[in-house]
Amino acid sequence: MANELSTNVNEIVQYIVIRIGDEQYGIDIKYIDNIVRMQQITRVPQVPDYFKGVINLRGEVLPVLSLRLKMGLQKDEITKDTRIIIIKMEAHEAIGVLVDSVKEVVNLSTAEIERVGFDRGEDRGAYAMGIGKHEDGLITLLDMDLVLQGL
Amino acid sequence: MDVSQYLDIFLDESKEHLQNLNTSVLNLEQDPENPETISEIFRAAHTLKGMAGTMGYKRMQTLTHDMENVFSEVREGNLKVNAAMVDVLFRCLDAIEEYVTTIQETADEGDNDNEPIIKELNAILENKGAEPESAPAAEAPAAAPEAAPAADGGGSGAWDAIELNEEEQKALEDAMTANKKIYGVTVYVQESCLLKAARAFLVFKAIEEHGEIVAANPSTQDIEDEKFELEFSLVIATEAPLDTILSAIKSVSEIADAKGAPFAGAAAPAPEPVPEKKEKAKKAPKAEAKPAETTTAVAPVKNEVAKKAEKKPEKAAPAKPDAKKGTKPAVNRTVRVDIEKLDSLMNLVSELIIAKNSLVSTATSAGASGNGLNEQIEYLESVTTNLHESVMKVRMVPIESVVSKFPRMIRDISKQLNKPMELYMSGEETELDRTVVDEIGDPLMHMLRNSADHGLEMPEERIAKGKPECGSIFLDAYQDGNNVVIEVRDDGNGIDVERVRQKAIERGVMTEEQAYAADDSDIINLLFMPSFSTAKQVSDLSGRGVGLDVVKSKIEALSGEVDVKTKLGEGTTFTIRLPLTLAIIQALMVVVGGEKYAIALSGIQTIENVSPKDIKTVESKEVINLRGTVIPLLRMDNILETESKRNPGADMVVVIAKKGDKLAGLIVDELIGQQEIVIKSMGKYMNKCKFISGATILGDGEVALIIDSNALI
Repeated sequence: MANELSTNVNEIVQYIVIRIGDEQYGIDIKYIDNIVRMQQITRVPQVPDYFKGVINLRGEVLPVLSLRLKMGLQKDEITKDTRIIIIKMEAHEAIGVLVDSVKEVVNLSTAEIERVGFDRGEDRGAYAMGIGKHEDGLITLLDMDLVLQGL
Repeated sequence: MDVSQYLDIFLDESKEHLQNLNTSVLNLEQDPENPETISEIFRAAHTLKGMAGTMGYKRMQTLTHDMENVFSEVREGNLKVNAAMVDVLFRCLDAIEEYVTTIQETADEGDNDNEPIIKELNAILENKGAEPESAPAAEAPAAAPEAAPAADGGGSGAWDAIELNEEEQKALEDAMTANKKIYGVTVYVQESCLLKAARAFLVFKAIEEHGEIVAANPSTQDIEDEKFELEFSLVIATEAPLDTILSAIKSVSEIADAKGAPFAGAAAPAPEPVPEKKEKAKKAPKAEAKPAETTTAVAPVKNEVAKKAEKKPEKAAPAKPDAKKGTKPAVNRTVRVDIEKLDSLMNLVSELIIAKNSLVSTATSAGASGNGLNEQIEYLESVTTNLHESVMKVRMVPIESVVSKFPRMIRDISKQLNKPMELYMSGEETELDRTVVDEIGDPLMHMLRNSADHGLEMPEERIAKGKPECGSIFLDAYQDGNNVVIEVRDDGNGIDVERVRQKAIERGVMTEEQAYAADDSDIINLLFMPSFSTAKQVSDLSGRGVGLDVVKSKIEALSGEVDVKTKLGEGTTFTIRLPLTLAIIQALMVVVGGEKYAIALSGIQTIENVSPKDIKTVESKEVINLRGTVIPLLRMDNILETESKRNPGADMVVVIAKKGDKLAGLIVDELIGQQEIVIKSMGKYMNKCKFISGATILGDGEVALIIDSNALI
């Protein structure tokens, strides 16, 4: 899989840390094309509820996915911190992901990442591929391929 | 020499010539004696050979060379066209096509020598060799003067074939008054020469140092376009002696020889030929031009006669491009453009229209109605609309390019299945967007095969039913408003709906009750489901259950739709409906539940104001009676999963949409107006919604969805 964690001990990967509710999640920066502010989303009928609709990103029409709803959490509350992260992966079409806020960019070496067995049935574990330890907090690293696979 | 830069042109032109050959050979099969078809084939084969040679594809060259030899004999009347020969020729064309495909994929022709085909071609030639030589040779001279009257026009060489037009005649007279000498010169290019046009150009240059070229045969334009075989003739006005000119020409590399004499054509029209001289002049070119010609090997007594016979094709070939002169400028004014460039042009036009829309909405919201802004915006609108139309037209190509291969295909199927059938096509000139045309070939092929294989009955069965023994398949294309309709129709047995119904139950696609409750058209639509084939026998052609479902998905991917009508015992009609253009459409903007939607104008018949009192209920469906027509109503707020904000008691705005002869009324909250919109794909995540065909970006940057009214009806 494209974003399987490398076994190389000293490899350092950059992650964008986002917040959803009280949790911190990390997305590998190489999949992130852009981060845009919340804008008007056009609702599309007859699609699963985790699709918020479509937006206009510089003349292209892109679908927007609610990570909260996809992970079975409460529905999004739009605030001034709400951001849409544009994800571009080779195996998938470009998509925007709605998150509560974007916190920072962190460098995590393989040593700082713990690969734990996840209970895939559990909400936050469903799309995780590891836990990163950074300063005081824990960051759930998202397997974006897994997130986008079943859409 | 590096020829890779010519590869694209080579591929394009080879395909054109192959298509041409296929059509011509097919015609030949119908009408084996038609001299025009035969020379058409000869020319195409010859050009193909030349091109393959230039590009260094030896195997392809060898094969085309042998094929050309056969045509050459046919053209001279030494060989008669028969069914066996046509079969070999078709196989030969297939083999050449294979070379071209291989070249396209790998830039190399591969290593298939196609020995068997070459052997068969040679066998055809040898059989002819067994015939007495005297017969064609005796016939030919009679025909020769007819074909090339100019050859006897006096003087002493091939240059005498040059017919001077008024202008050239005048130039010639001017030159003579200026005391210049007029020579006729024939230049022979080496057979191995790769860049004939370039050599000819150098020859022109060399001559122009000493004098001027007054006339040429073929025309200078044709020579520059490499439309000559191995020789061309010129009339030169010069002060220099003939020898100087000839040695200047010969100094150009890859020029085999050059012959010349004072030009007689200018002085008097058609004086009697001088026999000895003429023969002498002819001997040389013949020996060089066609060393491998079989006729040169006959006994010396016949030599002269045989040569005269040869004179005919030699003259006929260059004469043809001359005849085409009249139509030439039209050809020259076309430009080959990479489709990608057109795509980017189209994208830019799309961007421009979005920008224009946004300008319109800014101007409206700013309330800047005075100071001529509105006029300017209207002007801009008409310019962008025209620009879009022009770009769209540039992208339009006739469907001919894909359908022209079908007669050949049907012929092969007919032979393979031993089922006589005929394909009738109309509307080949109907134009569609290039991208659509490229994609439409496979679905059409599937449908035609389907008709040929499953649709048409075996001849015995047809006779028993009182139908003509030979089955008919029709391919009709025509434009209908903003759509192009392509119909594939056969007069075969039609679809046995009961059998499909049984099959559906058998396969567990439907329960028995469902199957019997479903009406015929629903049952027929099952045929478009993946892996649902009713053919009793799986044949080589179709019946593997791949086909109709592929057809449907392909057509739908092009925003089109496909429909079947069938009558048991009488035949089946498949109707494909395709949008004329995929990118930009005129749309009606409406509001439903506070959201903006676009509906393609082409699918809208009228817009009506309907009072809620007029809604009737028939079979628990809401309908209105509009001027005598009962039209089902669709509440768009329900369909779009939103809530209407309109006053329930007030009159409703109903958009009457039509699809073929079916109508439906779409109830919307309000109308915004007509607008030109650019269709944007929403990607695969969002395509689950069948009646939303895409999205568009409005002037204010907002995204509006496009309702596909066809999918709702």
